[in-house]
Amino acid sequence: MALLQQLAPDPQILKRRDRIIRQLKRLVGRTAVISDEYGRRAFETDALTTYKCMPLAVVLPETTEEVSDILTYCNEHDIRVVARGAGTSVTGGALPQEDAIVLCVSRMNKVIETDYDSRTIRVQSGITNTAITNAVAKEGFFYAPDPSSQIACTLAGNIAMNSGGAHCLKYGVTTNNLLGVRMVLMSGEIIDIGGNYLDAPGYDFLGLLTGSEGQVGVITEATVRILKAAEGARPMLIGFSTVEDAGACVASIIASGILPVAIEFMDKPAIEVCEAHAHAGYPLDVEALLIIEVEGSGSEIEELQEKLKNIAKSHDPTVIKVSTDDEMSAAIWLGRKGAFGAMGRISDFYCMDGVIPVSRLSDVLTRVIEICKTYELRVANIFHAGDGNLHPLILFDANDPDEVDRAEQCGAEILKLCVEAGGCLTGEHGVGIEKRELMPVQFSDTDLAQQMRVKTLFDPKWLLNPGKVFPLDKWHLK
Amino acid sequence: MLSMIRPADEQELSDAIKDALNEQAPLEILGAGSKREIGRPMNTSASVTTSRLRGISLYEPNELVMTAGAGTPLSTVENELAQHNQQLAFEPIDPAPAIGQEAGQLTCGGVFATNLSGSRRIQLGAARDHLLGIKGVNGRGEIFKSGGRVMKNVTGYDLSRGLSGSWGTLAVFTELSFKVMPKAEETRTLIFFGMPDKIATEVMTRAMQTPYEVSGTLHLQKPLALRLRHDGLRNMGEALTAIRLENFSGAVAGRAEKLKEAFAAYGDVHELDHDNSIEFWGELRELSFLQGSKDPLWRISTAPTDGPRFTEVLSSFMDCRTAYDWAGGLIWVEVPSTTDAGAAEIRRLLASLGGHATLIRAEPAVRATINVFHPLEPGLEKLSTLLKKQYDPHGLLNPGRLYATM
Ligand SMILES: Cc1cc2nc3c(=O)[nH]c(=O)nc-3n(C[C@H](O)[C@H](O)[C@H](O)COP(=O)(O)OP(=O)(O)OC[C@H]3O[C@@H](n4cnc5c(N)ncnc54)[C@H](O)[C@@H]3O)c2cc1C
Repeated sequence: MALLQQLAPDPQILKRRDRIIRQLKRLVGRTAVISDEYGRRAFETDALTTYKCMPLAVVLPETTEEVSDILTYCNEHDIRVVARGAGTSVTGGALPQEDAIVLCVSRMNKVIETDYDSRTIRVQSGITNTAITNAVAKEGFFYAPDPSSQIACTLAGNIAMNSGGAHCLKYGVTTNNLLGVRMVLMSGEIIDIGGNYLDAPGYDFLGLLTGSEGQVGVITEATVRILKAAEGARPMLIGFSTVEDAGACVASIIASGILPVAIEFMDKPAIEVCEAHAHAGYPLDVEALLIIEVEGSGSEIEELQEKLKNIAKSHDPTVIKVSTDDEMSAAIWLGRKGAFGAMGRISDFYCMDGVIPVSRLSDVLTRVIEICKTYELRVANIFHAGDGNLHPLILFDANDPDEVDRAEQCGAEILKLCVEAGGCLTGEHGVGIEKRELMPVQFSDTDLAQQMRVKTLFDPKWLLNPGKVFPLDKWHLK
Repeated sequence: MLSMIRPADEQELSDAIKDALNEQAPLEILGAGSKREIGRPMNTSASVTTSRLRGISLYEPNELVMTAGAGTPLSTVENELAQHNQQLAFEPIDPAPAIGQEAGQLTCGGVFATNLSGSRRIQLGAARDHLLGIKGVNGRGEIFKSGGRVMKNVTGYDLSRGLSGSWGTLAVFTELSFKVMPKAEETRTLIFFGMPDKIATEVMTRAMQTPYEVSGTLHLQKPLALRLRHDGLRNMGEALTAIRLENFSGAVAGRAEKLKEAFAAYGDVHELDHDNSIEFWGELRELSFLQGSKDPLWRISTAPTDGPRFTEVLSSFMDCRTAYDWAGGLIWVEVPSTTDAGAAEIRRLLASLGGHATLIRAEPAVRATINVFHPLEPGLEKLSTLLKKQYDPHGLLNPGRLYATM
C-alpha cells in the first residue's frame, strides 16, 4: 500500500457536501460543477496513480471572476480547494482531498493577446503548453519551456511546478520565461503581478509563486516570453561503453563553452526499452548514450557538431551518429520522446527527479543501481544530463502492495543520495505529496518556516492544496 | 558617523540582528555601500555591512556554478571567472558612478539584492534568473537557506528569487550560489548613427525577431552618446544605436552579414570588432552615458513597443535625455530637477502604458518626499506589507528604503 498519509478530512465539511454543491452550482452554473461519482472519478488522481482520492466536487470555471466567486465562498466556509490543470503532475501535486473541491482551469484555455514586437503572449492559464507554441509558430516563434508532457499539461500547472524540459539547458525553465500573472487569492481577491515588461516592481512575487505548487493562489492568466525559433536544430547521438565516459563527456562539453539546447542521457536498460518500443535505431551494445542537440544555421550546426565530435572522441565513444537531415533527427529523438510511454508499456514505474552536480553523475548512478538492487527492483535512467537532473525510473508492479512500498522506499533513498551528493530532491516535478516527508532531508525547521510563512501570508487558513509540500508533522512551524 | 557592524559569519550577523531586535534599533544593510544613495533616505541607528562575509567557497567551471560570500567584491568574482573564460551572463550594471560614487565597489550580495541586470538581460535573463541558492538571516535573526548549488531546483518555495531584488528589506544574504556562463568566443556590434528613437526601436525590435540570438540592443539619444568614453563612437557626435552579436566566430560573422543585409534600408551600418565591442559594452555596464549629470535619473521598464511612445509624450512637456536598452523596454531618462523629479507625470504615463519607474538619482529631499520605487497596486501593496511582516516583523532591516510603510 502507498505509504504516505493523507490529510484527515473535516467531517463537518463532508456532512455539508450537498449544500456546498448546490451553492457552487448557483455560483458557476450546473454544467460547470461535477458532483456525480462517475464524473469525479476522472479527477481522483494525477500521474502519481498510486494515490487516489475522490474529491467533494469538481468545478470548471471559465472566467477569473468565477474563480474569485468560488474561492470567496470556499474561504468563508473553510472549504479546502485543490487547483488543477491537466492532472499530469507526477508527484501527486493535484491529488484531491475528500473534503476539498477540485478547481480545474482546463476550460480557460484561450490566447488573449499576442505581441510579436514585444515578444510576449498573454493567455488564460488552462491553455496547454504546446498550444502556446502552436499559437505563435506561424510567425516562427515558440514558447521555450518544453516538459515532455507538453501536449497535455497546462501553463497553470507549469507555473505552479516551475516545470522544465529538455531544452531548458539553453532557454531556462518556467520561472525564467514568465512576465506576469493574474491570480485569485484564497480570499477571492484578484491581483495582477508583473505584465508585458521585464522585472516586475517591488518584491519578486512572480519568483515566489512560481513553483509554489498551487498553494498561494489560483492562476487564471499569464504573460510569457516568446522567442524566435532557431533557423534549424540537429541532434547527434553518442554511445559509450561505460556510464563514466558518458558523464565525463557531459562535463567536457559544458566546460568547452558550447551550450547545446539539450543533453539527454539514457542508460542501457532505458535504451533497450525505448528501442524495443520505437525502433529508433539506437545502439544496443552500449552502456550509455547521449543525445545532444545544437541549433543554428546549416553551417553553424555543422561547426558545432564538429566541435562536439572532437570533444566526444576524447571520451572513448563507441558510436557517434550525427544527424544531417530531418529524418535522422526524428529518428534520434523518437526513442527519447517516447521513453515514458515505452516504459509504461512494460511496467509500472516511479519517476524520480533528483538533481546532482554534473561532476557526480557516474558515482551517483552507480549508487542508484546498487540501491535498486537492495530493494530487488529494476531501474532505468533517462534524464537531462546538462543540468544534472536525474530521472531514475524505478520499475515495479502496482498490483503488488509490497513492491509499491519498496519502490517508494527505494525512491526516497535515491533522493537522499542526491541531497548528500550536493543536490536536491526535485529539479522539475515538484514536491507534491510524494516528497513531502523528505523535505527535512534538505531543509531545517527554520528553513521550512520561511517557506511556510509565504504560504500563510497568501492563504492564512491553509485551505489551498493542503497536505502537499510541507511534512504534516511540521505544520506547527507555520 | 553611525556605528558600523561588521559580522564575520552568519552567527555574528544573527546576533547583531537579535541585539537590534531587543533594542528596537533599525539597521541599515550594506554591501560596500555604493548604492546607499538609491532608495528612500532612512533613519537607522547603526549599519551592518557584509564586507567581512567574503570569499569564493566553491567554483566548478565544468558545472557552471560558483558560491561566494555576500560581501565578496564582484571584481573578485569576475576576475576568477575570467581565468576560466567565464562570466556572469546577466552583466550586472554598476550604477555608482552615475550617482556620484566610485565605480567598481559592488559586492556579490548587493548585485542580487538589487537585481540590477545589464544589456544581456534581454537574452539570458536577470540576476535573479541566475541565482541558484542563498543563505541569509531574516529580521528575526533566524539563519536560513533556500535553493542550493545545482542547476535546477524546485524543492519547496523559491525564496532565493523571492528575496532577490528586495534591497535588504526582508533578509540579509550571507552567501549566494549562482550560475555562471562561458564567455563568447567572439563579440561584434553593429552600430547605426543618427536614428530617431522610433526608428531605432524598430531596428532593435527587428533584430530581436531574428534567430541570431542578439544579446544586446541599445539606443542613446545624441546628448547621451556624447558622453561615451569610446573616442570613435563619441566623436561621431550623433545618436547611436547598437546591436550586439556573441557566439562562435563563424556564427558571428555569418549573422553580422545577414543582419547588415536585413537592415540595409536603414542607412549605413558600422561594425565594432571584438576588442572595441568589449570596451564599448564594458563602459555601458558603468552607465557611462549617464555620468556627469546631477539631473534626476529614472529607470523605467515597459513593453518595448511602448518605449518610444512613452518618451515622445514625456518630451512634449519636459526637456529630457533618453537611452533605451532591452530593445526599447528599459528606458533611462534624465529629467529637469523639480520638486518631484517629474514623478507624477512619469507615473501617470506609465499607468496607461504599463510598466514601472524607479528614481535612481535625485537629491535626498526629493527621495524623501516621493516614491523612489514604483508605487504598488493596493492588492500587491498589502501582500508586500504582509511579506515584510513575516520576514522582518519589527521593521529592522532597511526600514522605509523601498516604501515608506515597509
Ligand atoms: C509523461 C510525463 C512527462 C512529464 N515530463 C515532464 C518534464 O519533462 N518536465 C517537467 O517539469 N515535468 C514533467 N512532467 C510533470 C508534469 O507534466 C508537470 O508538473 C506539469 O507542469 C503539470 O501540469 P498540469 O497542467 O498537468 O498540472 P496538474 O498536474 O493539474 O497540477 C500540478 C500542480 O499545479 C497546481 N495548479 C494547477 N492549476 C493551477 C492554477 N490554475 N493555479 C495555481 N496552481 C495550479 C496544482 O494544484 C498542482 O499542485 C511530466 C509528466 C508526465 C505524466
